[in-house]
Amino acid sequence: MTVLEDLAPPPKVEVRPRGISRREAWQRRLPLLPALIYTVVVTQIPFVVTLWYSFQSYFWNTPAPAHWTGLSNYKTVFTNAAFRSALVRSVVMTATAVIVAMILGVFFAILLDRKFFGRGVVRTLMITPFLVMPAAAALVWAGPMLDPNFGLVNYLLQPFGVHHVAWLSTHALGSVILVMIWQWTPFMMLIVLAGLQSQPPDVLEAAKVDGAGAFATFGELTLPHIRPYIELGILLGSIYLVNVFDAVRLMTNGGPGTATTNLPFYLYQQVNNAFDIGGAAAAGVVTVILTIIVATFALRMFARVFQFEGAGV
Amino acid sequence: MSAVPVQTRAPAAQRVRQMSGQVGWAVLAWVVAIAFFLPVLWMVITAFKPESAAETWPPKFTFSPTLAQFRLVFSGWGPYVTHSLIATTVSTLLVLLLGVPAAYALSVYPVKHWRDGLFFFISTKMLPIVAVIGPLYVIALNAHLLDSIWLLIILYTAMNLPLAIWMIRSFMLEVPGELLEAARLDGAGRIREITGVIMPVISPGLVSTALICVIFAWNELFLAINLAITNAATMPMFLISSVPQEGLYIAHLSAAATVASVPVVLVGWIAQRSLVRGLSMGAIK
Repeated sequence: MTVLEDLAPPPKVEVRPRGISRREAWQRRLPLLPALIYTVVVTQIPFVVTLWYSFQSYFWNTPAPAHWTGLSNYKTVFTNAAFRSALVRSVVMTATAVIVAMILGVFFAILLDRKFFGRGVVRTLMITPFLVMPAAAALVWAGPMLDPNFGLVNYLLQPFGVHHVAWLSTHALGSVILVMIWQWTPFMMLIVLAGLQSQPPDVLEAAKVDGAGAFATFGELTLPHIRPYIELGILLGSIYLVNVFDAVRLMTNGGPGTATTNLPFYLYQQVNNAFDIGGAAAAGVVTVILTIIVATFALRMFARVFQFEGAGV
Repeated sequence: MSAVPVQTRAPAAQRVRQMSGQVGWAVLAWVVAIAFFLPVLWMVITAFKPESAAETWPPKFTFSPTLAQFRLVFSGWGPYVTHSLIATTVSTLLVLLLGVPAAYALSVYPVKHWRDGLFFFISTKMLPIVAVIGPLYVIALNAHLLDSIWLLIILYTAMNLPLAIWMIRSFMLEVPGELLEAARLDGAGRIREITGVIMPVISPGLVSTALICVIFAWNELFLAINLAITNAATMPMFLISSVPQEGLYIAHLSAAATVASVPVVLVGWIAQRSLVRGLSMGAIK
């Protein structure tokens, strides 16, 4: 350490914002520090510990202490079909739910963008699924809604030739995704609606005067305008939906078999059923690396979507 | 949808066409909204059923409503609701306490690398918490925080802080510069400036930030189920406990789900206008 310090003497001229004294710079930094330190400690230390345990054999249900095993946990992760299929399932679940929720969200937002009788109530009804506790949503869908013997869905679908379908065993993945879509469509709708309402009305008026049809107006004017909003919705929706756990745990418990086991549920099982901290840690590290790759693109998108106003007064 | 020149239509016919179009639009919107709301409605209806009327074929739409399920819920929810209230309230207050100064340092008088700061906070939301759940368990165990409400408070604060900082920052950027300048000229220090000038102006924004934090903390299950099994079990876990191994439970479950969801649904309905701003982390005004 001292050698490094000798090699690199502190620069004589402090690099700091133009026209700001050193004291001022610290005064500016001070209010940021508590939140910054807190976030670094609480969110980064677990990742460092995860990295540490990923090279260890550690089963928390046995008295044997953790010991180094080199790369064996990683070997297991990469050769383990269960991890791979959980990863693929996470991607499929997230992508399907986000895309369908966005399509429905755009449709709902267009409906709500016009004035009509009771618009406020309709809007309130539509956002409610997002506010229902996810655990409650999962259990209510699994029981009162989708039960094969007394569920409301089977009753309503009776006229269409559906008879006592056991949705959670025959269409498990679809059922879980359905609940994800149901909960996240309002989120997409709210964001797209904000985009629609920020459209300057005179432009639309001009298009109407020019004789443009409704579809042409939507495709050529509205869609480009709400595009950043759609991107933002997809981005934020993905961040939350990739972590979906409640619906999987409470509707299907990952099954039947592993039909609905996504990454969060897989890792939950590693810790709670297999007691395998080392294996879960290695799977976690791989997950984090994959996330960082995706997040790098996501952050770039963020920077583009968010219009950065000049900071300061 | 061909464009018909307006002049060729009689004004009355046009009005009728417009009116019917509007009615059709309203009907469509209402039908879609009610269909979408149906599961929530069904949950509430089922909550008022006696257990014997909840699991029938065909489903019963007429029955004599009972509060028996709610009584059962209120007799058992004590510890769960207490834990949820503590974890939600304390973590939200901590978020505001840490978030307001941080947002100030990233907006009003920004630090040099304010962009990096902002993106550091948002990047922590992208790292999946599920990836560290095993080691988190071990850390909590060694820190004697396992199954403690403090652990949930600490984690929920970290979970909501990035979102709150982005959101509060977006409100602070809207504070008129003249106001801050006037305060400066009056010799107000940093702290006076935050508490005396900025906070009163952005207080509606702080309320909606708090409401968003409340929603996410109240609904959280993954961390609670892994790290707080009994002594700090929260409302989502109360729901799980209301599903027994055997016997009829659908009405009881529906009542528990209704009770657990009501606070956040009400909060969300009240905060509707600012919901979108919070969910977009302040990107959408």
